Order: sequence, then C-alpha cells, then structure tokens
Amino acid sequence: MWLDPANPQLNKNGELHHLLSLEGLPAEILWQILDTAKSFVGVTQREVKKVPLLRGKAVFNLFFEPSTRTRTTFEIAAKRLSADVINLAINVSSQTKGESVLDTVANLSAMQADMFVVRHAASGAPHLIARHVAPDIHVINAGDGRHSHPTQGLLDMFTIRHYKKDFSSLRVAIVGDILHSRVARSQIHALTTLGCPEIRVIGPKTLLPSHVENLGVHVHHEMRKGLKDVDVVMMLRLQNERMQGPLLPSAQEFYKYYGLTEDKLALAKPDAIVLHPGPMNRGVEIDSSVADGRQSVILPQVTFGIAIRMAVMSILAGN
Amino acid sequence: MPGTPLPDAEQLLKALTDQMRPEVGPETGLIGIHTGGVWLAERLHRDLNLKVPLGTLDVSFYRDDYEKIGLHRDVKTSDIPFEVEGRHLILVDDVLYTGRTIRAAMNELFDYGRPASIRLAALVDRGGRELPVAARFLGAAVTVAPGRSIELKRDSDGRLSLALSGDEHVA
Repeated sequence: MWLDPANPQLNKNGELHHLLSLEGLPAEILWQILDTAKSFVGVTQREVKKVPLLRGKAVFNLFFEPSTRTRTTFEIAAKRLSADVINLAINVSSQTKGESVLDTVANLSAMQADMFVVRHAASGAPHLIARHVAPDIHVINAGDGRHSHPTQGLLDMFTIRHYKKDFSSLRVAIVGDILHSRVARSQIHALTTLGCPEIRVIGPKTLLPSHVENLGVHVHHEMRKGLKDVDVVMMLRLQNERMQGPLLPSAQEFYKYYGLTEDKLALAKPDAIVLHPGPMNRGVEIDSSVADGRQSVILPQVTFGIAIRMAVMSILAGN
Repeated sequence: MPGTPLPDAEQLLKALTDQMRPEVGPETGLIGIHTGGVWLAERLHRDLNLKVPLGTLDVSFYRDDYEKIGLHRDVKTSDIPFEVEGRHLILVDDVLYTGRTIRAAMNELFDYGRPASIRLAALVDRGGRELPVAARFLGAAVTVAPGRSIELKRDSDGRLSLALSGDEHVA
C-alpha cells in the first residue's frame, strides 16, 4: 500500500486509509464522511440497529489513556457495523511490564486485527502506529495529546450542519482552554476546510496558543465581546490539572470570566446552539441552566458521535 | 446506430402501473430503491393512489461488493415510514440485472421487521441473473450487450427515459 508521504492518511487514489488528523484533509472527504454519517443516523433509529458492513472484521480499541465516553462510542459504532470489538486499556497491561507501543501493536496485528482505534497522551502516537502497521490495517486517532481528535471535530461539524444546514454564513466561537485542547485544533481545521467565514477563539491569554491568529481565527479575551451575534458556541472542557496549575487563579475565577451563563449566552444570536465535547464541569466552564437549556445540543452530539464513527470506520475499511 | 432502440420509459411505467393496480390494497407498502427505483416508486405511489407513505432504500450498507469496491460515495438515507412487520411489500427498482441489489434490499428490509410478503416490480429486465430473483411486475425485457448498462434518467419536468452507457463506442 502506497501512502502519500505528505499526508499519510491518504492512499494513492487520494482516499482515506487512516484517520489521524483533520488538518490537510480535503473538503471532499469531510463532506463524504458527514453525508455517510447522515445515513447511519437512520440505521441507529431502527429496530435492528446493525448493518453487516464490517462482519468478520476485528476492531481493537487501544486506549493508552483512559476515556470512557470516546471508547464506548467507538465500541458501539463498531458493533453496529457488525465488527468484533476488543477493548484494551494498555496502561494496565503490557505497558506496565515495559513493552513498547510498537511491540504491543505488532503483537495485536499478529492476532489478525483489521483496525486500531488509538487514544494516547503523546501527540503523534497514532501517526507512529500508522507508519508501522501492515498495509491492510487502518488506524483511527481517538485523541492524541494536545494534537488532534478528528472524530470529535467531525461530530461537532455534523451537529452544526444538522442544526444550521450550511457553514458559509456562520459565526462560530470556541471558548476556553484552547492551548491544551486537541478538540479545538480539530474544530478549527474542520470549520476552515468546510468554509466557515468567521471563527473566534475566546479565552484568557494564558490558555491561548501564541500566534493562534495564524490559523485564521479572531482572538477575543473578553467573552461578552466574543459571543456577540455568534450562531454557534463551542465550549471546551477545562482539565482538572489546569484548575490548580499556574495558568489560572482558580476555577471560580475562570467561571466568572469564561463560564457560559444564560446572561452571556443572551449576547449570541437568539437561535445560537451550544456544544460541549464532554465530560462537562458544571459551574466551571458552563452553567447547568445552559447545559440543560433549550439551546444546548450536547446530548445530540453524543448520538451523532456514534454515526460519525460508523461512517469513518466503514469508509476506511472499504478503501 | 447500435442495436434496437430502448423502449419508452413512460409507456413502460404505464404498463407497470396497470399490472400492479389490481394487486395492491390499502395496506400495501411500496418501497423504491435509490435512485431510479425511488423515481418510479414516487410515480407509482401517486398513480395507484396508495395510502401508506412511500418508503425508500439505499442498499449501500448491505451490498456484497463492499469488500471489493468499498463504500459507495454518495450514500442516500433509507427511510421506511411504516411498520414492516406483517405487511405485504412491493420493492421497486429500475433495472433488474444480477439480482444482487434485490438481495441486499431484502436483507435490509428484514432489519426493519418480518414482512408478510415481498414482491418485486422492475421497469426493465436485462437478464444476466446471478441469484434466484424474479420480478412479479415488469415493464419489459430488453437485450443489452455485456459491458454496457441501462440507466433511468429523469429530466427537469420529471419525465423518465432510458439511456445506454458503457464501453461500446459508436463510430
């Protein structure tokens, strides 16, 4: 299998072979995934929520970093495609015995794996694995370090498209800890590729990457200004370790300036939607009345996440 | 000019409608297979004055050539807005050929429930069956050279017509 050295996600026909990052993926492939996911939403609403596409295939969930929600939605997606799913929480198995990541992967490949879903605390780990697996094995990045979380970015795009239909006239705000967020990076790349004309990032200086404006986004430090007239508000999770760390005075302080409350949300358009990748810190980045309010699409995001992962897996396994 | 001209799709559809009229009841479920089958089913549904809403199927998730050619690029959404369990169904497709699309469609339908029966309506049958599938209602049988395919087209006024495509070049 020849993979494009400049973009090792694509095969020689320009088709998706691995999903490692949304950066550098052509719009055509993003639209293909979003369109396919739409058809899978129908499948998940039926009596029998399964299709036979991946029958006989083995999908290995390799989670080098704990995650319940992402692992579960990948597992549900693979099972709805009729694949066999093997879940491995690696931090509690061979890694503690000193086995390297590539040795783990080589051993699992020898068990006839067809696909690896990889979550790792180190940026680039899924790329490393993708470079070393046999040519007929597909790798999906389920979140690596601060780098990328492509299926989360895709399910966010699916959710926005579901409610707003079209990206070409949207004003979107991404709020919170942009610096440490692989989700934010994936969102910015996807929104840009899909033609969103105005992306704003909102957060304290200490939680914004330097030169973030080079990604083509507008930077705001004052949330009330940043939310003015936006169509979509994408909240990010504030990681626990940041709440105690040197970058922020306190969680309460963060809530005061950057927590999404009803009165701040009122500055956005009246029909603006609110997204959050979960799990939420209620009372830190988002108020409960907003999280459970009429503009929240946080639970539909979870449902759409299954359809997106079904779409990605079935497109990869077919290429 | 190549072979005999293709029959007129509008006339075939009329013949198909007449065949089906005495065979459908108030509870019959009509299901078109994307894309040509859906166009036909929309017309049949209207002209037969059926009360049960029209169903549509995209069989991409059930095709037996997924391993070979991967997932179809332009998957449409299947939508069966009625109870399949215990219902008499009629599947509608434009061109009946190997029978593999019909096999995939039947597999998908059974994931919605156990129908009382499934019959098949096709606009044209070009032979070449690879599975034991036959149309109960048929517009016409046609002969087409191997390597060529027949396609149903719909113009901006909704008029249906048949066209040949494929390898053979006309000098």
